[in-house]
Amino acid sequence: MELLRVKDLGKHFGGLTAVDGLSFQLRPGEMLGLIGPNGAGKTTVFACLSGFLRPEQGEVLLEGQTLVGLAPNRICELGLARTFQIVRPFLNISVLDNVMVGALLREKSVARARALACEVLGFVGLGHLAQSPATGLPLPLRKRLELAKALATRPKVLLLDEVMAGLNPTEVDELIAFIRRINAQGVGILLIEHVMRGVMALASRVLVINYGQLIAQGTPQEVVGNQEVIEAYLGRGLKHA
Amino acid sequence: MRRLYLLLGLLLAVLLLLPLVLDKYLLGIFVMIFYYAYLGQSWNVLTGYTGHISLGHALYVGIGAYVSTFLAQKFGLTPWLGMLAGGALAAVVALGLGYLGFRFGLRGVYFVILTISCAEIARLVVSHIDAVGSFSGIFLDFHPGFANFQFRGNVHYYYISLGFMVLGSLAVHLLARSRTGRLMVAIREDEQAALALGVDSFKYSMIAIAISAFMTSLAGTFYANYVFYLSPNSMFGMALSIDLILRPIIGGLGTVLGPIIGSFVLTPLSEVSRTYFAQSGLEGLHLVLYGVLAILVVLFMRQGILVYLARALRPWLKLEE
Repeated sequence: MELLRVKDLGKHFGGLTAVDGLSFQLRPGEMLGLIGPNGAGKTTVFACLSGFLRPEQGEVLLEGQTLVGLAPNRICELGLARTFQIVRPFLNISVLDNVMVGALLREKSVARARALACEVLGFVGLGHLAQSPATGLPLPLRKRLELAKALATRPKVLLLDEVMAGLNPTEVDELIAFIRRINAQGVGILLIEHVMRGVMALASRVLVINYGQLIAQGTPQEVVGNQEVIEAYLGRGLKHA
Repeated sequence: MRRLYLLLGLLLAVLLLLPLVLDKYLLGIFVMIFYYAYLGQSWNVLTGYTGHISLGHALYVGIGAYVSTFLAQKFGLTPWLGMLAGGALAAVVALGLGYLGFRFGLRGVYFVILTISCAEIARLVVSHIDAVGSFSGIFLDFHPGFANFQFRGNVHYYYISLGFMVLGSLAVHLLARSRTGRLMVAIREDEQAALALGVDSFKYSMIAIAISAFMTSLAGTFYANYVFYLSPNSMFGMALSIDLILRPIIGGLGTVLGPIIGSFVLTPLSEVSRTYFAQSGLEGLHLVLYGVLAILVVLFMRQGILVYLARALRPWLKLEE
């Protein structure tokens, strides 16, 4: 059975159709890329899956259970966690305390949550900064913190919204290694990413959307050669008279 | 950290011995210091830790004062138990207010308006209930005795209010380290991000407002039996709602020591200046002094006095340990 199944998802903002009849599946242990030009509706898809927006049509099923209409915290409890494109650290508390908020979802005792949070921080390479205030972290480390917080909720499905944006190639490669290791633990990953280096390295399948519609899917190599995808990003060439 | 606890223990020991040397007037100032520190601590749970700004906390002070006094006068119930009844009612009222605010997504200034409105509604309602003295309020008869929560002199009030402050602060300290307290702080820092991590922000906001209201109302019972006079304006009014939030703001929001430090700075200033300015015919000037101090702290000590104090004392206290 698939881990996550999205059927005919639709979301409108007034007259604007942000997501239009999108369907796809994520199998256990799979890494799926979601790409498309700016404004294609990628982040809206994430918001609909994670409960921050309520889709007007369609179904979202996590291991067969419907997620539409549930509050974001319930969805996280059921095992679908997300990161935010614009990272949202809890600025005035320490890095460790940040991750503990996520860890406290599964671990009801503060001591055990602290142990879990330390483990996750070690895993993403932030162990030495555990006691620092989050406000002092530069962007690349804030991205890792964002990942650590979501990871500490022990998700079955992880939605990563542009975790590589703004990082240099070395930092991207480090993050790729982390995401691989998360995936190796059996977590299904859905990845919104503009950094093609990351998508090509990670995703076994890629969905391309434009104007909220699926315009292509396949392996990363297949979609980057797809004529419709190239047109979506770059526009149609002028016809010479 | 051990030196910090040692220092606090020493200060507490000094406070415990002070009634041996201070006169009634000075003890009265300390009673007000402890009273306002406790009130600030109670408000701190909802606003400092959970981030929901309440400008109507007089509502809970009033409920505590009126319920225990009413039960004592009508049924002869000791205020020690009436206090718990007042606390329970305050928590229920707060849950009603919280439901309206948190369920329907009122945040920021809209939540502030809700809290002000509820306190004002309560003030007007109480002003029209004859059973509790309507506009003119209630005068309490003086029957000294432990069961009546009434005492001659200020020594008993001193120790009771000190107990309120110490136990209230200890409770908030333990809350802040608990699972519940940590989730409250996450809501304060970023409610959306907290939701994304599975935090039930509605539930924990409701817990915060109930605890905060319960604690606040206990202070109302204390105050009623300390000044022997309740009026709707003084117990439910806007002035009290503002007065009780200044100390944690000036001391340091969302910290256990902030309301205490704020009260030690502000309360003596207000009490002494009130007395002296009133003697020289300048009534109300102490409020100007308040305003100036609040402006100075906002301008130069953004996070409250505590942060600066901690920084100055850091090497000596070895806070990193």
